Amino acid sequence: MFKSIITGKVFKVGDDIDTDQIYPGRYLYLTSPEEMAVHAMEDVIPDFYKKIEGEDWIIVGGKNFGCGSSREHAPRVLLYTGIKAVVAESFGRIFYRNALNVGLPAVKCSGIVKEVQQGSLIQINLKEGLIVLGTSEKTLSIEKFPLQLLSILKSGGLIPYLRKFKKYSH
Amino acid sequence: MHPLYQILARATNRDQINPGEFIVAKVDLAEINDLYLQVILSFKEMGGNKVWDPQKITFIMDHYAPAPTIKAAENQKKMREFAKEQGIKYFFDINRGVCHQVMPEEGLVWPGMLLVATDSHTTTHGAFGAFSTGIGATDMAAVLLTGEIWFRVPEIIKINIIGERGKGIMAKDIILYIISQLGTDVALYKAIEFDGEAVKELSLDERLVLCNMSVEMGAKATYIRPDEKVMEYISHTNPKKYKEFKSIKRTNNISREEYESIYNFDISDLEPQVALPHRVDNVVSVSQAAGKPIQQALIGTCTGGRINDIKIAAQILKGKKIPPWVRLLVIPASSQILKKCIDLGYIQILLDSGATLATPSCGPCLGAHEGVLAPGENCISTSSRNFPGRMGSTEAKIFLSSPATAAASALKGVITDPREFL
Repeated sequence: MFKSIITGKVFKVGDDIDTDQIYPGRYLYLTSPEEMAVHAMEDVIPDFYKKIEGEDWIIVGGKNFGCGSSREHAPRVLLYTGIKAVVAESFGRIFYRNALNVGLPAVKCSGIVKEVQQGSLIQINLKEGLIVLGTSEKTLSIEKFPLQLLSILKSGGLIPYLRKFKKYSH
Repeated sequence: MHPLYQILARATNRDQINPGEFIVAKVDLAEINDLYLQVILSFKEMGGNKVWDPQKITFIMDHYAPAPTIKAAENQKKMREFAKEQGIKYFFDINRGVCHQVMPEEGLVWPGMLLVATDSHTTTHGAFGAFSTGIGATDMAAVLLTGEIWFRVPEIIKINIIGERGKGIMAKDIILYIISQLGTDVALYKAIEFDGEAVKELSLDERLVLCNMSVEMGAKATYIRPDEKVMEYISHTNPKKYKEFKSIKRTNNISREEYESIYNFDISDLEPQVALPHRVDNVVSVSQAAGKPIQQALIGTCTGGRINDIKIAAQILKGKKIPPWVRLLVIPASSQILKKCIDLGYIQILLDSGATLATPSCGPCLGAHEGVLAPGENCISTSSRNFPGRMGSTEAKIFLSSPATAAASALKGVITDPREFL
């Protein structure tokens, strides 16, 4: 279900986190969520799926998060582990599309990296277009979603969006 | 209007489109590879029953060719069954090669077309004057269903390359150098056009390398103005499209205002380049990497497995033997290339030098099979990415280079400047 307010703890990663690091090539033949989830980020953060268990987390990345391979496994696996959203200074373009298509909010926010620490609390408000940092009054603005993309995200991804709005002739 | 915008305008049935706007475009070809069973799963989840046009869809089994695991074999089996049941016109099995080489060989790429494929390196076909870009599985499922896809119209960056390259300098050296200068995100959400005397001088094979690796700068699509080399190629692979494209009158002037930015590079003094682990933009001249021991060299993939690549390796290794502790993998990009290289004697030379030949495919580039790396090993590779764990262990190191540098390094067992052998 789409939520316009997403609250979670920050899991901070660096610049240029590529999709091989998010989901290694050796597991690309897997398609079931359970089998995939245990391999999320494993080459960078061993046991990532265990480390985020039981709480709501938001990944905060630097520039070019999700660059590299077009594998949709990358946003899917983050979704399957229970990650609520990814915020980054910028995104690899295919990852960005894929994330919204599978219903994982990918939020561009310039300046986020220097404002948050590992484990700090943030709240993303998609409706107002801002991120509230911790319990403070401080906010950062996020890049607005174009209408089409917001509509896909609100539907929960491209599959429910198409089911809802498109009529197929065949 | 820039030719890339002309393609998108035609695909949206409009006269004018502008960078930054969102469009829904009709595609000319949708290409799916064997990593993407998810396309079929998403297609069915969308309520898909029949694909929009089986004449405009191609499946290719290249990333896991031939299947290394039961699960990969099962995925391929399901894709074969789907393709058969849907009457997909172009199905290429494990005997054909890497998608980015096979598509042009099969006449499925032509100037002015809009192509989407489930692979990031689809930017390759800008070398033919196509708008071609990589997409994910669910995006592709929607294309199979509707024949359409949404795009944000990209701004265009122009990269002019001038100067006469020195001996032994290949397209890989040029693009690694450009990536190191411009960074991995210079072209995020943007397209890149390559122009300049040095680009015109490059063979078509080498232009494919420039366009392919542009995605390592974030590019959505690339473009090189089709010239006589492209037209000659298309006249053989797709005579119908050749005639159609030739008959269109077009202006050759693109105004400066069409470009978001313009960069100029002079490659006259460029040395062979090596990308050090674990970033494609972590590039040095070969002299700064020379002497580093390697246990494996890979000559192959969509950025180093074409005829000119295998030819230069054969030239360097002719009559010589690689050390017994070095593995040299040679993986031609397609079955056509393999056959030509056999005819030309290159494969014999390489086998005699101690090389291991693997079937035309993506090979170990993505860490799936056919030569993955153990912890602590170093590999010099003509492939496109050296990310941590890309070719197996995260504790292995990948150095990216041209086929010439990879061949010379295999011969010496350490990273070596190829120019002393040419």
